[in-house]
Amino acid sequence: MAVITYRDALNRALREEMERDDGVFLLGEEVGEYDGAYKVSKGLLDQFGEWRVRDTPIAENGFAGLGVGAAMVGLRPVVEFMTWNFALLAYDAIVNSAAKMYHMSGGQYNVPIVFRGPGGSALQLAAQHSQVPDPWYANIPGLKVCAPATPADALGLLKTAIRDDDPVVFIEGELLYNVKGEVPDGEHLVPIGVAEVKRPGADVTIVAHGKMVHVALQAAEQLAKQLEVEAEVVDLRSLRPLDTAGVVESVRRTNRAVVVEEGWPISGIGAQVVDDIQREAFDSLDAPVARVSGLDVPMHYARSLEKIIVPGPEPVIEAVKHVCYLD
Amino acid sequence: MASTEEAVVGEAFEGLSKEKLLELLRAMLVSRRFEEKTAESYQMGKIGGFCHLYIGQEAVAAGAIGALREDDYVITAYRDHAQALVRGVSPRKVMAELYGRIDGCSRGAGGSMHMFDSSVNFMGGHGIVGTHLPIATGVGYAIRYRQTDQVCLCFFGDSVVNGGPFHEAFNMTAKWELPVVYIVENNSYGMGTDIDRVAAVDELFQRACAYQGKRAEQVDGQDVLAVYGAVQRAVERARTEKRPTFIEAQTYRYLGHSMSDPAHGVYRSREEVAEERERDPINTFVDRLTEAGVLTDEDVEAMDREIIAEVEEAAEFADASPVPGPEEIYAHVYSDEYRGGPDGRDAWR
Repeated sequence: MAVITYRDALNRALREEMERDDGVFLLGEEVGEYDGAYKVSKGLLDQFGEWRVRDTPIAENGFAGLGVGAAMVGLRPVVEFMTWNFALLAYDAIVNSAAKMYHMSGGQYNVPIVFRGPGGSALQLAAQHSQVPDPWYANIPGLKVCAPATPADALGLLKTAIRDDDPVVFIEGELLYNVKGEVPDGEHLVPIGVAEVKRPGADVTIVAHGKMVHVALQAAEQLAKQLEVEAEVVDLRSLRPLDTAGVVESVRRTNRAVVVEEGWPISGIGAQVVDDIQREAFDSLDAPVARVSGLDVPMHYARSLEKIIVPGPEPVIEAVKHVCYLD
Repeated sequence: MASTEEAVVGEAFEGLSKEKLLELLRAMLVSRRFEEKTAESYQMGKIGGFCHLYIGQEAVAAGAIGALREDDYVITAYRDHAQALVRGVSPRKVMAELYGRIDGCSRGAGGSMHMFDSSVNFMGGHGIVGTHLPIATGVGYAIRYRQTDQVCLCFFGDSVVNGGPFHEAFNMTAKWELPVVYIVENNSYGMGTDIDRVAAVDELFQRACAYQGKRAEQVDGQDVLAVYGAVQRAVERARTEKRPTFIEAQTYRYLGHSMSDPAHGVYRSREEVAEERERDPINTFVDRLTEAGVLTDEDVEAMDREIIAEVEEAAEFADASPVPGPEEIYAHVYSDEYRGGPDGRDAWR
């Protein structure tokens, strides 16, 4: 087991899959000569050449659509968005073209493509560069959606996504690229649609994905120290398919749940997870399920307010205390 | 007609064989008779939804697709029945698709706007204006990536030239020298809006001048041989030089934008439509062929009768084809076993 960064795990996934299958290619803004805005594609241009590592113009709808066309005739494009904020310009290509092509064509044209890039807020990037796109894609039949939290999952899920025969939206964490973690040495594949318990615990289940997994883990450590509450942290890892069974299995043991997400509350990922819990584990619950989300506002630039808007461990701890009747 | 590089003058019949000339005529006639039957079936309630007919524009699909090889690719917008037929999708499969039946070329999932047939590299049938132009760029990218000598032919309507995807696609296609032939079917109207009222350019083909390496040409879209000649030159250039071309085919649609829209009204007059019908692409081509002694009137009538019978038979086939069963609902959302929808989500349906 090597310890590498989330960034290097993604780079390794791309390199391994491009070496394995010469139909896999990467395109996006700055992915080649510049090594990627976040250096995820470092060294790939030198190894694979410009037809497989293509610097594109700043034209998201155009190059996302290009990827769809190439995928329809059998290549496996990986489209990098510098951030998911810019992918709003490509929403038509992703939703109307990629997600629906296999269905509309009666099963004749599948679209094996990965759309990837960082989502969520970083530090003081203000409203247009700080938002969580997860529910916008998780809502769409025809797409699969991944949001890895750790280097091992980033590696294993991206490799699986590239091999998938359908379009996969792959949402990385802008603040996760430097996070380090253990990664298996050999071939490592993580199935899409399977959650993982990142920290076992008997008293309450905290469900999270992406960057919020780390917030949940911090909250769990403090809960253990301060209140002797052992929280189980379930990392969704994928948002579509959503591992309802994995979440429910944990809640049936702990009887209490808090669902955490970085994005906005209305129609968020957490709303879906809570529905699954009430439907499948109603009789196991000792308290109503609590949700923690980003505040329902466009992001502020001021650091003083940004810190309040994005959930940290504190509101998670408060929510856990609430469902455990400790507040 | 004009060109950004040089005037293009075709010889009479472009040096084509009688067999090829008959193929072009037949393609136009099939398109015409099929659409007439479609209108009838739509009015009888056998076809639903948005339905855009091609009547008046037949020379564009026939001439352009007639210049392709079997392994080339074709992609188009929602006015797609004729392109599908000319490309080789059978009238039965296209009509069954319109009827929403399981034997349709898209298994009844697509309908009028989404005809697909991968067996003849017919890639749709796209309903959002401009969205398929970058897709065609991607097909061109894949051709160069694999170093084959195929070509992608992409049809679209005149409204597309004002939108972002047009420019994004043209820029990438020209920059990376991709073998894509883009052909705008300029019928002067984007739905009920005259193109002159919304486009800051008089001649649409001039829009390509912004992209170095992209040749542009304007042809009479009511002259099947002119379209054939222009596309053949463009295809040859794409195959050998890997250069894209933009062709503006000036054409005209006789009917309304869709079956829900009037043929004339506020945006164009009854007289204008009548005048345009005078340069009907089928009648003028028939006249040329008969005057030159290539065909007799009897030959044309025989061909027409045969086509009408084929179209009638296609409608009977469509009518008899089963409707898709509930097992089709989730059948092609994903290509693996994932069905969509968490377990129990729709238990009460």
